Order: sequence, then structure tokens, then C-alpha cells
Amino acid sequence: MKKYLSELSIGDMAKISGFDADRCSDRDFARDLEDRLLEIGFEEGLKVEVLHEGPVGRDPMAVRVGNMTVGLRRIEADAVCIHEEDQQESHGNEAAAAE
Amino acid sequence: MSDLHIALVGTPNCGKSSLFNMLTGSRQKVANYPGVTVERRSGHYQTSTGRQVHLVDLPGIYSLKDRTLDERITRQVVTGAHPHEPRPDILLCVADSTNLRVHLRLVLELRALGLPLILALNMADLAERDGIRIDLDRLSRELGVPVISTVAVRQSGMTGLKKLLDRDLHDLTRKQAPAGEGIRKEQHLSTRDLQKMARKLANRILIAEGHQHRITRQLDQVILHPVVGPFVLFGLLFVMFQAVFSWAEAPMAWIDGSIVWLQDRLVAFLPESWFLSLLNDGILAGVGSVIVFLPQILILFTFILIMEATGYMARAAFLMDRLMAKVGLNGRAFIPLISSFACAIPGVMATRTIENARDRMTTIMIAPLMTCSARLPVYTLIIAAFIPNKTVWGGMGLQGLVMFGLYLSGVVSALIVAAVMKMTLTKGVAQPFLMELPKYQLPRLKNLLIDLMERARIFLRRAGTIILSTTIILWGLASYPKAPKDATDPEIYYSFAGMLGKILQHIFAPLGFNWEITVALIPGMAAREVAVAALGTVYSLSGDEDKVADSLVNVLQGSWPLPTALAFLAWYVFAPQCLSTIAVVRRETNSWRWTGFMVAYLFALAYLAAWAVNSIARAVIG
Repeated sequence: MKKYLSELSIGDMAKISGFDADRCSDRDFARDLEDRLLEIGFEEGLKVEVLHEGPVGRDPMAVRVGNMTVGLRRIEADAVCIHEEDQQESHGNEAAAAE
Repeated sequence: MSDLHIALVGTPNCGKSSLFNMLTGSRQKVANYPGVTVERRSGHYQTSTGRQVHLVDLPGIYSLKDRTLDERITRQVVTGAHPHEPRPDILLCVADSTNLRVHLRLVLELRALGLPLILALNMADLAERDGIRIDLDRLSRELGVPVISTVAVRQSGMTGLKKLLDRDLHDLTRKQAPAGEGIRKEQHLSTRDLQKMARKLANRILIAEGHQHRITRQLDQVILHPVVGPFVLFGLLFVMFQAVFSWAEAPMAWIDGSIVWLQDRLVAFLPESWFLSLLNDGILAGVGSVIVFLPQILILFTFILIMEATGYMARAAFLMDRLMAKVGLNGRAFIPLISSFACAIPGVMATRTIENARDRMTTIMIAPLMTCSARLPVYTLIIAAFIPNKTVWGGMGLQGLVMFGLYLSGVVSALIVAAVMKMTLTKGVAQPFLMELPKYQLPRLKNLLIDLMERARIFLRRAGTIILSTTIILWGLASYPKAPKDATDPEIYYSFAGMLGKILQHIFAPLGFNWEITVALIPGMAAREVAVAALGTVYSLSGDEDKVADSLVNVLQGSWPLPTALAFLAWYVFAPQCLSTIAVVRRETNSWRWTGFMVAYLFALAYLAAWAVNSIARAVIG
């Protein structure tokens, strides 16, 4: 079963596996969404980590992608497909990178 | 040597505008591109060899597509298709060193245009602190363009950059020409392919990747915390409001005092004549009503600019986005709307941080519904005269309750209007919130001062001219023709304003407004608080402001029925009786149609609300 960035919560890490803007019901909105996500720095193979969630309805969410933090609404995060990372392993990687 | 035209291009948050400030200093001006609301910042400086360099700071963009107004303008300028902007000789592409992987894509896209390009890797200090190391020579070689490392908030790198820009233009062009053939095809590459190219390039030139900006992460643990975060935000807003009201009080009193002093001087030196009246009641009063706003505007903008420069503004938008989204607005609309509680003028000017044009327009249109401080004298007067000072339900004062109700009606109607506009006038494709949360940075005093001066200049110049000419017209209406010698009524009765008031009275009668109110509304167009002084004039009261307000309480109690007073309050919740706001909305929207729409809908709402309140109150009281 496919997983999406919108399903994650604070502390979760994952790897971006692709985009699927067609899931969005608003066709016009979806049209440019993939390009916009790419432009701001989302890309296949990059790691993402959910850092923060908005105070109301846990929306929007702040995600670390690459070397930056991006804020996005869950409806937008719904277009980002992910593989969930093994928590232990990725934490190990983080620690190693920080050394 | 001929003048050089340079355009600065880059993503939002790359420090492009700070770099621009550093290069041009105060020799810059901010205007709008003709016909649109996109801000055009331009400036110039002279090189050591005496060449004039004209710089234009293009809007921050992520790509050259045609999706947003910012992208369209930038695209038009860099391709030479813009009707008013000359095609630049050199593109100065600014990229954030700490996030090169993402920014190189835009660099590749820009290089494909075939214009001479210089790449400034900005925020070099932050990159160094985070342990990021970039092979500048290799990047320059692979791209075939000069690359320079800069720190926009410091002089560092600025001399090198200026020297680079001063080199012979032909030299630059020649050097970059051979690559031309090969790159042209990049223009047709998709975002994804460009991204791939950029990433490969980044992998080759990044010597060390660095680690996350630790301070930013730690600060965000508090500032974006779901519970603590909103507290910090509201605490900050509380301090901001305290500052606006308490710090601005003294300078506002000085301005008022100086105007009165000048008026007294004129009375002492000039004989009583129409000329003296024009100077005192027309020009000086007009100038006074403009600059008296300045302290509040400067204080509010100091807060707003600091929030912007430190990176906090994006966090405030993040925290408030869900609530604002409920009425179809972006989280970025929150600060401008809150500022409008002090005064709609800086609020409307602060909407520049909203990238989406439609969201920005909606926010501007509803900003005047936030109860600004100028409504307070009117509210206080009517409440003191008509609302009994007694306590109701559990110790709450009735007067305070009415005041709260007035504030609440403003907010609730603003939300309704925004929701209705989103479904009609500003309808369109939903805009993503998608926004970078930039790294925290300390603001630089110099940048802050330049920006602050620019805001003050915009307000004084653009709004000032409209306000001044209109106050003179209002003065003429209220002073002419003169009253006959044997006049029994107050002077204003015989003037054009008086005549206009009599005509308007037919329209305003259903609201329970009498002739005195309709006449007072005419000079009251200048600013809301002027209505108090105008009522004083109509009821032939004299003395200073406080005395007039005191005696007005008694006069009004005797001559207005309660439904009239309540309808008058309802009128002031909506009525756009503030020339400065109208002038600023005209400037910021760059459109008389939107301005006209705002004035019309607010007057319509004011009329409906006052009519409803008057009718209901009369039915209830009997």
C-alpha cells in the first residue's frame, strides 16, 4: 500500500518515492502542484522528517527536506509519496552525519 | 562609458533585497510596475571608474514559469518583453549558499536565457557556520559564469562584487558566449530534468554538506510548538500594541501641539481673512491629519520589518494558517489584519508580504473593518452619552460590553466579507501554502532603517498628496458660501456642506440621522475622529477638543433619540470615513476600481447596518 507524506506525524522520517498530484480533487490546484513541490526542494530519493505541526487540526506541517524547512498544508503533502524509513536506522544516520 | 543595467534575480528568502540595499544604500526607490501590484525596487550607484550602474530588484521567484504575477514580471523583464523595463545587460543571480541544491535549478534556468550572468552565493557566513563548503572555482568553471561568495548583511564580498560588475561588459559577454549553443536547449527542459542537472552539479561542487542550522531547530521547538507557539505570537502582538499606543502617544501629541502652535502663530501675524482660514483650517489641518499617523506607522512597521527580517513572519503565518484558511485566506494575512486594529494604513501596506495577488486583494478589502484606534473617540463619545454606566451579568460593565460588541461586529463582518469575496470576486484556483521557513537571522539596523524610511516616504508622498488636496476641498465646502450678517444658525448651515447635508438628509432619514449628523459626516470624511469636532461645530460648541467632547455628551443626550445614537455607532463600524486609508488602498492596489469597490461596499454595509439598528431599536423601544 502506498503511503503519503500527509499521513506522517511529528518525528516521523521517510524517503520521498514520487509524486501523485492527481489524488487531489481540485484539478486546477493539482496541475501545478508537482512542479511547485519540486521547485521548493522536494525530490525523489530525498529524506523528509516531520518537525512541527500546526496548533489547529495538526495542520499545516513543517517538514525538513534536504537542508531546509518547508511549511505545507496536509492537502499539499497528500501529493508526495513516501517509503517509510526504519526509525532506528535513520536516527543512526542522523547522528553519524552530525558528527 | 555607457550606463549599465543590472537585474537581481533569485528565490524568496535568499537575501536578495539585503544585497540590493547593500549595493545601493539609500539611493533607491520603491514603486509599482504599471497596472499591477508587484513592487518594483530600483536603485543606482556609481563605480570607481565613474560608470552609472542601475539596479532593479526583481520579485523573488522559484522558477520562470508564468504562474504568478511575480514570475510573469520577472520573465518579461529578463527576456526583454516588458513594456516599461529595459532588458538588463547583466543578470545578478542571487542564491542561498546553505541551500544550493535547490537554488542551482533557477540558476540553470536563468543561464539558458543567454544573458551575461553573475552568480552571487549569498549567506556565505551561515553556510560556513553550518559546515557547508563549496568549490567556487569548479562551480564557476562548470557553469561558465563568474561566481562570488557574499554576505548581504555585511560589506564582505561587496567590494569584490562591485569590481566584478565594473568589468568590461564585452568581456563578460564574450566569455560566456561559447556555452550559448549548448545551453539553449535547457529552456525546453522540464522542471524535473533541470532539477536533476542541478543536483548532479551540486554533488560535484559541494565539498562538505554541513549540518542543519542548529539554532533555528532549537528556536523552532519553542516558536512552532502547538501550545507555546501561539502564546509567543500573542505575547509579541500584545507588546506590539502596547508600543503602538503608548510610545506613539507622545510624538502624536508633539505633532498635534506643533500644528496648533503654527496655527496660533499665523493667527497672530495674519489678519482674519479667507487666506488665513485656508492656511489654518485647510492646509495645516490637512498636513496635521496626515503626519499625525506617522508615529504609529513607524512603530508598527519596526515590528513588522523585524518579524520579516528575522524569519519570524513565516512562522506566524504557519501558526495561523489553519484559522485563516477557514475563510479562504492565507496565514500571511494574519499580521496585516491584526495591525489594522491600530490603524488600517500600515495594515494595508503590510499586505505586501502576501505573495498571492488575490489573497492580498481580499485582505486589503477587509482591513478597514478591523476597529482602528481612530474610531475610539467616536465610540467613546456616543457610549458615554447614551449607554448607562451600569453592570450587567456578573459584574461586566454595560459600556464595556457595547464597546466589545462593536469590535466583534467588525471582525465578524470582515470574516463574512472575506468568505463571500472568495466565492465571487477573488474566486480562483486555490493557492498552495507551500512556503520555506527561512533560517533565523539577526536583523541589521541599516537595512531596517532603509526599509522604514521607504515606508514613511511612500505614505507621506503618495497618501499625503491625495489627503491634502481633499482636505482643502472639504475645507472649501464647509466654509463657503459665508453666512449672512443676521445669521441665527451656525455658520456651516449656510455653506455647501450644509446644503449638501440637507440633500443627504433625505437619504439618511431612514437611519434616524438628523441634519446635524449628515452635515458632520461631510468634513468627517477626512478621518473618523474628525466627526467629533465636526459635531461640535454643528452644535456651535467652542473650546478645545476635550471641552467640546464633554459638552457634546450633554447636547447629544438632549437632542438624539437612542435609536439614532445606536445607528450612528453601527454606521461607524463600517463607514470608510478615512481618506488616508482610501489613498493608501489606491496606492497599494494600484487600481481605482478596487478602491471604488471597497468604498462602495463599506458605505453600503454602513447604511444597511445603521438602518437595521435604527429600525429594530425603534420597534423595541416603541
